[in-house]
Amino acid sequence: MKVTLFATCLVDMFKSDVGKATVELLERLGCEIDFPESQVCCGQPTYNSGYVEEAKPAMKQMIDTFQHAEYVVSPSGSCAYMFHEYQHIFKDDPVYGPKAQELAAKTYELTEFIVDVLKIEDVGATFPGKVTYHTSCHMTRLLGVREAPITLLKNVKGLEYIELPGKENCCGFGGTFSVKMGQISEQMVNEKVQHVEETGADYLIGADASCLMNIGGRITRQGKPIKVMHIAEVLNSRA
Amino acid sequence: MSMKTSSEKFKVRVKNQIQDSFMRGAVASAQETIQGRKQTVTDELGNWEEWRNHGEEIRKHVLENLDYYLYVLSENVAKRGGHVFFAKTAEEAGQYITDIAKKNQAKKVVKAKSMVTEEISLNEKLEAIGCEVIETDLGEYILQLDDHDPPSHIVVPALHKNKEQIRDVFAEKLDYKNTEKPEELALFARQTLRQDYLTADLGITGCNFAVAETGSITLVTNEGNADLVAALPKTQVVVMGMERIVPTFEEMEVLVGMLTRSAVGQKLTSYITTLTGPRDEGDVDGPEEFHLVIVDNGRSNILGTEFQSALQCIRCAACINVCPVYRHVGGHSYGSIYPGPIGVVLTPLLGGYDDYKELPYASTLCSACTDACPVKIPLHELILKHRQVIVEKEGKAPFSEKILMKTIGMGTSSPTLYKMASKMAPALTKPLSTDDHITKGVGLLKEWTDIRDLPAPNKERFRDWFKNRPKGGKE
Repeated sequence: MKVTLFATCLVDMFKSDVGKATVELLERLGCEIDFPESQVCCGQPTYNSGYVEEAKPAMKQMIDTFQHAEYVVSPSGSCAYMFHEYQHIFKDDPVYGPKAQELAAKTYELTEFIVDVLKIEDVGATFPGKVTYHTSCHMTRLLGVREAPITLLKNVKGLEYIELPGKENCCGFGGTFSVKMGQISEQMVNEKVQHVEETGADYLIGADASCLMNIGGRITRQGKPIKVMHIAEVLNSRA
Repeated sequence: MSMKTSSEKFKVRVKNQIQDSFMRGAVASAQETIQGRKQTVTDELGNWEEWRNHGEEIRKHVLENLDYYLYVLSENVAKRGGHVFFAKTAEEAGQYITDIAKKNQAKKVVKAKSMVTEEISLNEKLEAIGCEVIETDLGEYILQLDDHDPPSHIVVPALHKNKEQIRDVFAEKLDYKNTEKPEELALFARQTLRQDYLTADLGITGCNFAVAETGSITLVTNEGNADLVAALPKTQVVVMGMERIVPTFEEMEVLVGMLTRSAVGQKLTSYITTLTGPRDEGDVDGPEEFHLVIVDNGRSNILGTEFQSALQCIRCAACINVCPVYRHVGGHSYGSIYPGPIGVVLTPLLGGYDDYKELPYASTLCSACTDACPVKIPLHELILKHRQVIVEKEGKAPFSEKILMKTIGMGTSSPTLYKMASKMAPALTKPLSTDDHITKGVGLLKEWTDIRDLPAPNKERFRDWFKNRPKGGKE
């Protein structure tokens, strides 16, 4: 199966290991990966700040970049959701409206793609350790992907899954919120880190590099011994 | 109280509230308790999503036909001998109600909980003409005694106070001598208030739902105070926001059950009362004179705009009860009697952007509110629309932000620019990095690194790895 990877700008620039793990994992599951070089950012930072017109050129660029794809897969629930949102943003655009609808129909978050399209629930990974999982807001509530990552994690050999208290509470990232409303964001991420600690897990896993950068950045700042990993890296771990 | 509850700056309010550890504990625990109860009662009911669709449908239908239902409602109230007054503004509403008080030589006014009367500063207006105004909802009563402390929640107004604080307020203001046991506090308030009901000249209530087909008013409480306010004084005034209408009892029943479940996780509250007009001949109680004041105060300006769905709100506070921002900053941070996500949406619409331009940014757009709303107001989308209005129409966004956003907009729409910038990132941030992390950023980065570390940009971008790997990059 041919998969066109939407790596996201954050993974491209800050978390290339997540991109590598995604490629290796999907290849191991029988996919052929292509990565269009002209992909940039989905436009969410500008769009969610209210700069809709400023965000549109980047969105159009992305719609054109992925037009050829059969499946678009992204290791980010939030960015994949943004691809789904394009159809509403361009609903009155005679050219990009229909194109955005096509893009939404073929765009999947990584774990959703593995479980719902590839129909695989056990990727054959081994990862010894106690883990807890942060459910990102956009992925769960807006994209509607709740079960897939948990299903996949529970089938990883050696992995002990512990549910995170207050798991659906936002971690306080919220894009520009994290810097614009720093004092509130700090309280939110503090509570999230506290909940992670309460689980006694050695690893915090998530499916969105942005939330993980927020929670992970706070964890390292506080010098906590909890390791933060993207789910692609866990699913790509072998014995 | 008016809608605005503070003249301090937003960041100062937030800073003060964050330091209130009691308030934060109370809010967190209330959120968890109510969420748990709501889950239980909506599971028991079953098909909650279908109920939400139905609730949304009812509210949308009413808003689309609001002129018609307002007409039917007012005709039916008049038929039953009630008076109806349409108040375009807070001033008009206040004038009408103070005139009633003067005409009836009212000295004592008892009130049931009502957000719209707070919005139009009714208590202050009545006090200005010499009336003694007594709030009878226990939470509101406590706040009123405590030198008019603003409400911090639309359903549980004194959520930010603990029982020791309440004991102290009662002791200071009413010479209360017992302990902080909730039963003793409640009994004391009940005994004191009972005398007030019996001696009041005017009773003022809000309105949860007005039933157009009969001209009836529905009041929802757990304390039964609204029933006494409506039944005992000779004159009753009901104040309602102009959108709070249902066509018939059938829709009222649907929405009341959704309101109580969403607000406090109860199948029904202890008292749900429907009143129709003044006392009929032969009735043993009820007011001799009945007035319905229908308040616009900016609502009709929202009709027909992209914000119309905000008027679907039934004031249940389900959005407030799940909001992660409200959880940490409490109600007073919003500077409005309407806090939380619905407050973020409604307050700038009713009160303008000048005083409330920060509110739409006090959200992570996590959409927990949208999911919780029983009448499916797309709250996080409306919050985003406010940001768009602030940027595009109001021109209130900071200049530096505009430049930044335009730059990001340009950089992210051009693969060439993006590739150049991302390639330069490691070199540019190298002076700020230790090991793999940036711990002391400058500019916007500083806002991030004041709180958390930032991973240093990859030396090899993902795209370079993909292109150069032995397997080769396939386009």
